[in-house]
Amino acid sequence: MPVDLLQRRLVVVTGKGGVGKSTVAAALGLIAARAGRRVVVAEVGRRGDVLDTLDPPADALRGDPTRVTEDDGERFVERPVALDGVAGSLHHVSISPEAALREYLRDQLPIGAIADLLGSGKVFTGLTAATPGLRELLALGKVWELAQPERRTPGAQAYDLCVLDAPASGHAVTMLGAPRQFATTARVGPVARQGDIIAATLTDAAATAVVIVATPEELPVGEAIELEEALVDRTGLHVAAGVVNAVLPDRFSGAERDALRAGAPHDPAIAVADAHARRAHDQQRQLARLRRGLRAPVLTLPSAAGRRLGPEDVGALADRLTQGLTRVAAS
Amino acid sequence: MSAQLVDRLDDARVVVCAGPGGVGKTTTAAALGLALAGRGRRVAVVTIDPARRLADALGLGTLSNDPERVDPERLAGLGVAPPGELWASMLDPQRTFDGLIDELSPDAATRERVLQNPLYRQISGAAGGSHEFTAVARLHDLVADPRFDVVVLDTPPSRNALDFLDAPDRIAGFLEGRAVQALLGQGRTGFAARLARRGTGLALSALQRLTGVDVVRDLATFFEALGPLTDGFAARAVAVRSILRDERTRFVVVSGPGPIPAAEAVFFRDHLRTVGMPFTGLVVNRVETVAAGAEDRDGAAVVAELSPVLGRDAAVKVGRTWDEHRERAARDAAAVASLAAATGDDRPAVVAALDGEVFDLPALGAIRDRLVAGSARG
Repeated sequence: MPVDLLQRRLVVVTGKGGVGKSTVAAALGLIAARAGRRVVVAEVGRRGDVLDTLDPPADALRGDPTRVTEDDGERFVERPVALDGVAGSLHHVSISPEAALREYLRDQLPIGAIADLLGSGKVFTGLTAATPGLRELLALGKVWELAQPERRTPGAQAYDLCVLDAPASGHAVTMLGAPRQFATTARVGPVARQGDIIAATLTDAAATAVVIVATPEELPVGEAIELEEALVDRTGLHVAAGVVNAVLPDRFSGAERDALRAGAPHDPAIAVADAHARRAHDQQRQLARLRRGLRAPVLTLPSAAGRRLGPEDVGALADRLTQGLTRVAAS
Repeated sequence: MSAQLVDRLDDARVVVCAGPGGVGKTTTAAALGLALAGRGRRVAVVTIDPARRLADALGLGTLSNDPERVDPERLAGLGVAPPGELWASMLDPQRTFDGLIDELSPDAATRERVLQNPLYRQISGAAGGSHEFTAVARLHDLVADPRFDVVVLDTPPSRNALDFLDAPDRIAGFLEGRAVQALLGQGRTGFAARLARRGTGLALSALQRLTGVDVVRDLATFFEALGPLTDGFAARAVAVRSILRDERTRFVVVSGPGPIPAAEAVFFRDHLRTVGMPFTGLVVNRVETVAAGAEDRDGAAVVAELSPVLGRDAAVKVGRTWDEHRERAARDAAAVASLAAATGDDRPAVVAALDGEVFDLPALGAIRDRLVAGSARG
């Protein structure tokens, strides 16, 4: 596989809310699956955005709540996603801290009945919710488990790659910093040890990489630049690339833009072209700002002609992303 | 629900804007604030994470936790006249939380014990996810502030944004709950402590086994410090609940035309129904529309007409841009119609896509005009 990024075991996708993280996560998963690898895309917190993108539900607005079953009462459901013409396979799992806690207890405690009692008990779940960083650590612990070459989950087959569709910037930093935070504040106990092990995988640049997604606008670009700094300072993770979504083609030259402004102001087609040209021009400025501000290389994805992304669109985005990543790897 | 959105807000005391991230929710909150100020109301807008340009647009340089008044002379040109006023602020979770602790602490020693606790710092900062809780704490303060007739509240951009609806209840319930009592009962003697330990001992020792004794001790110290504030939190929860359920509180759901934000907007709308709170209306931002009378013109016609004016190459580009625009507009129109049907708002406020970002007051005024005029029957 030409793409170095996807040789990692874990790729974390984050960025400001609404910039298309799930689409990029789906495209990255698709690239690896096409290359014959066994991939799992993990989402946090009862979402199904990646799933809905690759395999659209009948009712796009309300989705199908039964599809995003987190666990079957015992284990997380790792749901295979049907994809055409893919050599490998792609699976989807949705992780909530509550379900991660239940599974963790089941693995840690010798007697299943006690684990069930604790996991469903109000007192214990209340205590874990009150412990700062514990919920994030538990959810991340499950992601870590999915990315292991040998799974802890009994009978589970290993994945070649786990793509995490992570929460938005601030929450992602809290989550990715939780193992390290726990390893230092809780000096003893299994959670502290677990925190150490997870932190070691996360901060190993050969095992884990972060992709920061943005759109070419003021706020997402500013947030992406701050996010890279926060990730490096507070979590020790390696940021491998920035991906800018929804970039308009900058098709009008400076002279053409002037001509548009000068000619036929009441023609709606010219007004639309003029607005497009100005927007594309603004975007190029923001793109340049991101390239200056981000240490990681920046790739771009085109604005989709339609709004409703389906599996084919993700496929096209995956092609573009592969080209960009290959260029980055070569440079 | 067939009045215009802004008319539905006429007697509002609180307007909550909820919706997914990246759809222009903060700008919508500011534009609604401007519209209400234009109707003679004294408005405080609380933003969560505004673009610097929005703060600049309001002429405030930076926004802080305390509302600052937007210069009335600059607003005069936008149809805002006395008694109408527009104030804006940005939520500062840490300061809001500190202020709340300060207010609810019975004495200075209690206050300092909480503020100095290391766990408190972790929980109360923005990184601790306290946006949801502090947003309502701020709402409570501003509703009581006699300077304002109406408070427009932007909400945190996350799927669990609506957590704030029951955030005070959860905190108050938690403090009174058995988990905290178990922590506090640790190491104490006497009947009450034994009672608290009974049945919770297993949970506590399990947590201790998992996280180590230090974490449990820190937690116990923290909740012990917080103990004297329990009644205050409970009273606050009751007050906030009555604000959120007040008949003059309005909930506006903001979305964009894309499938992911639209699905989230519907999720918000359904959640409001679940928790028994009213849904006032839908705003769909960044919608592309084809100018009236130009619906049947296609790219080829554009190229033919404009080639003599712009030259062939430029005209071809304009034609292609026009076709893309028409395609998007058709998809957006369908998206707005299905959003209107799914949320049950037969007259959503549809805001046309802007040429650029909002960087001054006239641009915000233009958004307001589109919000007010853009209502379309779905």
